[in-house]
Amino acid sequence: MSEKLPISALLQKRRSQIQAQWLEQLATASSSKSGVVAREDVRRQADDFLKVFNQAVDSGHVADLNGAAWADVRHFLEELSRQRVLAGFAADETAAFIFSLKRPLFDALRQESLSDPQRFAEDAWGVTMLLDQLGLYTVKTAQRAREEVINRQQQELLELSTPVVKLWDGILALPMIGTLDSARTQIVMESLLQKIVDTESQIAILDITGVPTVDTLVAQHLLKTVTALRLMGAECIISGVRPQIAQTIVHLGVDLQGVTTKASLADALALAMKRIGFAVTRQ
Amino acid sequence: MAIVSSAGELPLKNQNDIVLGRQAVRRLALEQGFSLVDQTKLVTAASELARNAVIYGGGGELKWEMLVDGARRGVRLVFEDHGPGIPDIEKAMTDGWTSGNGLGLGLTGARRLVNEFELQTTVGVGTRVTIIRWK
Amino acid sequence: MDRIPILRMGDFLLVTLQVDMHDQLALRLQDDLTNMIHAKGAKGVLIDISALEMVDSFMGRMIADISGMARILDARTVLVGMQPPVAITLVELGLSLPGVETALNVERGVQLLNRALA
Repeated sequence: MSEKLPISALLQKRRSQIQAQWLEQLATASSSKSGVVAREDVRRQADDFLKVFNQAVDSGHVADLNGAAWADVRHFLEELSRQRVLAGFAADETAAFIFSLKRPLFDALRQESLSDPQRFAEDAWGVTMLLDQLGLYTVKTAQRAREEVINRQQQELLELSTPVVKLWDGILALPMIGTLDSARTQIVMESLLQKIVDTESQIAILDITGVPTVDTLVAQHLLKTVTALRLMGAECIISGVRPQIAQTIVHLGVDLQGVTTKASLADALALAMKRIGFAVTRQ
Repeated sequence: MAIVSSAGELPLKNQNDIVLGRQAVRRLALEQGFSLVDQTKLVTAASELARNAVIYGGGGELKWEMLVDGARRGVRLVFEDHGPGIPDIEKAMTDGWTSGNGLGLGLTGARRLVNEFELQTTVGVGTRVTIIRWK
Repeated sequence: MDRIPILRMGDFLLVTLQVDMHDQLALRLQDDLTNMIHAKGAKGVLIDISALEMVDSFMGRMIADISGMARILDARTVLVGMQPPVAITLVELGLSLPGVETALNVERGVQLLNRALA
């Protein structure tokens, strides 16, 4: 139904009262997080929210929170969630921003409908429904924002744990540590291949000393990296091959496609130097 | 629930349309903020499927949609043709690198490059392939 | 009628793929290339794809075909300049282009050919 909620009139009449009471609520709402966000910032956010909230309610479309009328409110809540997550808030703590608006609105409503308890009950229900929906939306966006942050951190961790090292002019080494899954392999390939282009290297040594197990999937990921390197004109040497891995590779029937394997990184380096035409002599 | 933030349609009638289609998909992926690698994967998948529609399907359309699902952004592409359809899907979907018309490779290859892949085909009526790649 | 230019570098031929190729252009290139290999007695062909932001199965097949044809005409083909996103995508596609030699860039490609023909 598309009629103006009393909230519209309420905000017009008692905006400052509602806002003041809301800020009070927010200050006490999540005591563990009070002080994390500066008071001035909270005041500003409350102000901004009431602005877009007011506009949305004025439009009259309160039935559909996914509609265009509520776009600005949704964006505000998404941005709020993002900021709160970065500040360390849990999803429910972020949603407290919305839920603490209930009391001030109820109080204002009550004052406006002193003579009409029936009216108050209906309007209060409308307010509850609306704020519950907004609160739930906030919880959802906060959870998603948290997931995004975690994903990004995982990504960064992955990148940090697969550093590409230049061993010599034309020789890169990639010590792979930990499990090789598809996400890891993607990152490995991207950073390694780009480094090959940047340094114009000819040989990449993939050291798998730190890879605990090699099963079919891991072997596949390794082979993908090897193939991608070859397509770009670089050679590949796999080092750190332990006896168990050698057995696994043969048992699995994995075809290493002519890639040379060496037991140690040192052996791989010696071979790589020879391949690009360097001879090392002791003084 | 994913929301369509914008949509459009392109013809796939000839070789030139395949090129135009690729360029359009590249722009869409760029706009959605895809990484360079993800852009390339989507454009390559689109190229395979557009080619199938034109060469094997006798021509058709590409319908595109930009998707927003909460914080996630994606691109949905639907390749539709009114050609002969695919009689043996399983055979078509097994890697056939050396197969003459390369149809098999196009489908399986495209599938590996995207997050969601759906194939609908009816012999004598046509084929519709829907793919989605998320950022 | 447009065609892809083929440059001569001593005993070798250099083809730079830049344009979004369609079937006709590809076939014309194969034609021109094989003719030129024969006419100039070329011993090597360098295919430079550093400007290509995408290589699909059609392109992959075309490159493999050129390599095959050149080999029959006693010339070696080297594919140079593949961009990382393209390499990653090709691998995911399942195209490994076996039998096609590769090098990082034209310079390395020439070195490779010289070594092979020495």
